[in-house]
Amino acid sequence: MTTETPMDKTTDTTKVSTAPATPIIPLPHTAARALTVAGSALALAGTFLAWTWTDEFPGKLTITGYPGGLQVLTLVGSVLTLLFALSGYGIRGLGWLTPGGKNSPVLLAALGVFGTTGYAMGAISYELGGLVNLEPGAWVSGIGALVAVIGALGLPVDQPYDAADPTPNLWGRIRHSLTAPEPGRAKDLPSWAEILIIAAGFGVGLYVFAYGIGTEYSELFIGFLIITGFGFTAVTRAGLLKRLSALTAKHRNVAMAAAFVAAICFPFTQTNDQFALIGANILIFATVALGLNVVVGLAGLLDLGYVAFLGVGAYAAALVSGSPQSSIGVEFPFWAAVLTGAAASLIFGVVIGAPTLRLRGDYLAIVTLGFGEIFRITMNNLNGNSGPDVTNGSNGIPNIPDLEIFGFNLGLPHNVLGTELTRSGNYYLLMLLCTAIVVLVFRRSAESRIGRAWVAIREDETAATAMGINGFRLKLLAFALGAALAGLAGTVQAHVSYSVTPEQYQFAGSVPPNSAFLLAAVILGGMGTISGPLIGAALLYLIPAKLQFMAEYQLLLFGVALMLLMRFRPEGLVADRRKQLEFHETGQLDVPEDKPLPEGATGVAKAGA
Amino acid sequence: MTTTTTAPTATTVLDASGVTMRFGGLTAVRDVNLTVNTGEIVGLIGPNGAGKTTFFNCLTGLYVPTEGKVAYKGTVLPPKPHLVTQAGIARTFQNIRLFANMTVLENVLVGRHTRTKEGLWSALLRLPGFKKAEEESRARAMELLEFTGLAAKADHLARNLPYGEQRKLEIARALASEPGLLLLDEPTAGMNPQETRAAEELIFAIRDQGIAVLVIEHDIRFIMNLCDRVAVLVQGEKIVEGPAEVVQADERVIAAYLGTPFEGEPGTAEAAEVEAAEADAQSTTEGDDK
Ligand SMILES: Nc1ncnc2c1ncn2[C@@H]1O[C@H](COP(=O)(O)OP(=O)(O)O)[C@@H](O)[C@H]1O
Ligand SMILES: [Mg+2]
Repeated sequence: MTTETPMDKTTDTTKVSTAPATPIIPLPHTAARALTVAGSALALAGTFLAWTWTDEFPGKLTITGYPGGLQVLTLVGSVLTLLFALSGYGIRGLGWLTPGGKNSPVLLAALGVFGTTGYAMGAISYELGGLVNLEPGAWVSGIGALVAVIGALGLPVDQPYDAADPTPNLWGRIRHSLTAPEPGRAKDLPSWAEILIIAAGFGVGLYVFAYGIGTEYSELFIGFLIITGFGFTAVTRAGLLKRLSALTAKHRNVAMAAAFVAAICFPFTQTNDQFALIGANILIFATVALGLNVVVGLAGLLDLGYVAFLGVGAYAAALVSGSPQSSIGVEFPFWAAVLTGAAASLIFGVVIGAPTLRLRGDYLAIVTLGFGEIFRITMNNLNGNSGPDVTNGSNGIPNIPDLEIFGFNLGLPHNVLGTELTRSGNYYLLMLLCTAIVVLVFRRSAESRIGRAWVAIREDETAATAMGINGFRLKLLAFALGAALAGLAGTVQAHVSYSVTPEQYQFAGSVPPNSAFLLAAVILGGMGTISGPLIGAALLYLIPAKLQFMAEYQLLLFGVALMLLMRFRPEGLVADRRKQLEFHETGQLDVPEDKPLPEGATGVAKAGA
Repeated sequence: MTTTTTAPTATTVLDASGVTMRFGGLTAVRDVNLTVNTGEIVGLIGPNGAGKTTFFNCLTGLYVPTEGKVAYKGTVLPPKPHLVTQAGIARTFQNIRLFANMTVLENVLVGRHTRTKEGLWSALLRLPGFKKAEEESRARAMELLEFTGLAAKADHLARNLPYGEQRKLEIARALASEPGLLLLDEPTAGMNPQETRAAEELIFAIRDQGIAVLVIEHDIRFIMNLCDRVAVLVQGEKIVEGPAEVVQADERVIAAYLGTPFEGEPGTAEAAEVEAAEADAQSTTEGDDK
C-alpha cells in the first residue's frame, strides 16, 4: 500500500481521462509475444509425447505421436493461443480473429491451456500416486503452458484503466487485463458468406457440445470444462461472439434454422444410446425451463412449483398411454395424448393460478411452492389406500409403451441415411420438435401486445394496470401458457423415462428437472432470453451427470456456483437484449445532447399548430 | 395568456361527486365534487399532503373511494384501473412510474394496450390481422413520440432518459391510450424553467387535440398560464374553485397555501415527506389488492 501512495499522487497531478495501463509482468512487448508463441508451441509439441506410462489413467496418454484424451484438449487450447498470439503480429489472414481485444484473448487461452494441462498433471500424479508417474511429455506441455501464461501476462493491456479507478491494485489489474474493448462494426459480407459463417459457428457449437456429452470419464469432462470455459471467454473477448451474434441478429430466421439443423445432427453423431439419452433429457429439461421463462422471465411471476405442470402432463400421458398399470386402460394416439397432457396442465395451471395470482412477489412464490408439493403428495396418495386408486401411489405408472407415430416405432433403432438412430435418438428428435414449438411460442408471444403487457406487469404492475392492462387476466394467461408448455414436454418425458413416479417431480432433488433446478437454469442462462435457459439447462444437466463422484456435494457446489454467478454476472450467461441495450446506452449518455428542449418545444408548437 | 374557451354548451367529461377517501382515522379526501368539461384545462392545487394525489388515485380506480362516485361522459366508472383507462381516462404519476427496462417505444406501445385487440392466438399463429395491427400501433406510437419530441430516442431504455424526458414519456404513454381526459400529477416537478415552459406548450397542444386535462401543480405561474379553472384542495377538502385570478386572490387560499413563502418548488424536506407518503400509499394499494 505504501508504495502505491506516491503513484496515486503522480497520476493525480497528471490527471488524464484515460490512464495508460501497464502489463502485470513488465516485459518488452516483442519478448512477451515471442515467449507466448514459444510457450504455446512447446505445449502443443508436448501433446505428441507420452504424458504417463500406464493405461491405468484413462485416455491413452502413453502413445508418442498420437495425442489422446486430455492431450487433445491441451492441443486445441494451444492452437487457439497460438492463433490469437500470431494474430497480434499482424500476420495477414489472421486479423479477423481479434476484432475486439488483441491480447486478453491470448492470456485467457493461455490460462485455459495452463489450467487443463495443470489439471491433467495433477490428476495423473494423484491417481497413480506421485509425480514420478509423469512422463517428459507432460512436463514439456506443462512448462510450455506456464511460459505462455507468463508471456501473455507481459503483453500490453487492451484498454486503459477505468477513469473512475486509475490505479487499481494487483487483483484489479489482473481482472482488468482480462477485459477488452467491444469490436467495431464489421464490414458487410455477401449474404451467403454471412450465412456460411453462421453455419460454421453453430457447427463448432454442436461439435463442442457433442464432445462434452460424449466425454467418457470425469477427468476428461473437467478438462473439457476448464478449456471451454476459458476458450469461450477468450473468443468472447476477441470480439468473435459479438460478431457472430450481430450476424445472427441480422439473419434471425437463418440462424434459428441453423441452430435446429445443428441440433438435429446431434443424435447422428452419437453411436452410444446412453449419450443420446442424455441429449433427450437435456432437451426435456431445457424445454421446461424455457416454458418457465415465460412465467418468470416475461411476466415476472416467481413460480417455485413449476415442475408440477411437467408432472401433470406426464401423468396424463401415462394414464392414456395404454400402460397395463394405468388405471384408465385406454390407449390414445400420440397427438391425442399430447393434447390431453397439455390440456390437463393448462387446466391445472388455471385452477392453481386463479386463486394465487392475486398475490404478489414472495407470497406467490411460497404459495406456488406449496402447490407444487401438494401435487406430488396427492399423486402419492391416490394409491387405493389413502384415496381412490388412480396413480398407483409411490410406485407410479410403469411400463409405458413406446410411441408409434405413422408406423414409426420410436422404441426401435432405425437406419437413417446409413447411420443408426437409437431409441433415445428417436425420442431426442421428437423432443426437439417440442423444443422448437416452445421456442416459437416464446418468441412470438414475447414480441406481441401480450408479451409487452407481461413485461410491463413485471416492471411495474400498478403502472401497467393504469395503462389499461388487466393484470390478473394477463398473469393468468402467462401462468396457463407456461403450464401448457410444461405439460407438452411432460407427455414426451413419460415415454422417454418409461415410467412416471411422484418422486420425479420434487421441489429440489439431485436429478433435474425439479423446480429449483428449473429456476436456476433460467437465472443462470439469462431471464427473458431464448438461448439462456437452453444453455443453462444443458450445463445444469451435464455437470451433475458427468461428475457423479461429487454427487454428495452437488447441492453445495450448486449453491456456491449460483452465488458466484450472482456476484459476477447477475444478468446470467446470456444477457437480455434490454440489458445489452443498457450497456450500449450508458456509454452513449455521456455524449452531450444537442439541445433536446427547444427541439421538443418546436415539435410541440408544430404539432399544436 | 389564459385561454378561457369553455363554451357554455361544453359537455362534461369528468364528473366526480362526493368523493371521500379514508385511511383508518385519516380522511385524505373529504366529499370533493369536481367536473371537467371538454376542451378545458383544470388545475388542482393545494399544499403537500392535501390529498391531491389520493384524489387522482380515486378517480383512476387505484383506490376504491370510501364514498362518492366518478362518472366519465355520463357513465359511472367501476373502481378498476384498467377499466377506467379503457373508458378514456389516462394519467401520469407524481413519482415517475415508467417501465424502466423497456424501450421508449415499447413504453408507448404498452399504452396502446386497450386500443388494440390481438390476443395470444393471433400472436402465436400470426393471424392475418396481426402484422397490420402491430404496424399501426408502432406508427401511432412513433407519432406520439414525434409529438412529445422523443422520436430520436425511441430505442433507448426508459431508465436511461434524463428526468425531463421521462416525464414527457409518461405523457406520451398516457396519450397512447387515446384518452378523453388526461390526469397529470405534478408534470413539471423537478424541471427547470425552460423545461417547464416546454411542458406548458405540450399541454396546450394536447388540449388542442380535444383532450381535457386535469393537472396537479405547485408552480403557480404554470397554473396561471395554463388553467381555465382552478380547484384548491386543503386537508382533503375543496375550499375554492374558480378562474385562476380569482382563486389566487382568495383569502382562504392565501392563508392555506399561497401565504406561505412561495418559491415555486416545495422544499426538499417536504418533497421527501411526500415521497414517503407516496411509498406508503403504494404499499397499501398492494395490500388492498388481495
Ligand atoms: N394509502 C394510504 N394510506 C394511508 N395514508 C395515505 C395513503 N395515501 C395517502 N395517504 C395520506 O393522505 C394524505 C394525502 O396525501 P397525497 O394525496 O399524497 O397528498 P398530495 O398529493 O396532495 O401532496 C397524506 O397525509 C398521506 O399520508
Ligand atoms: Mg401528490
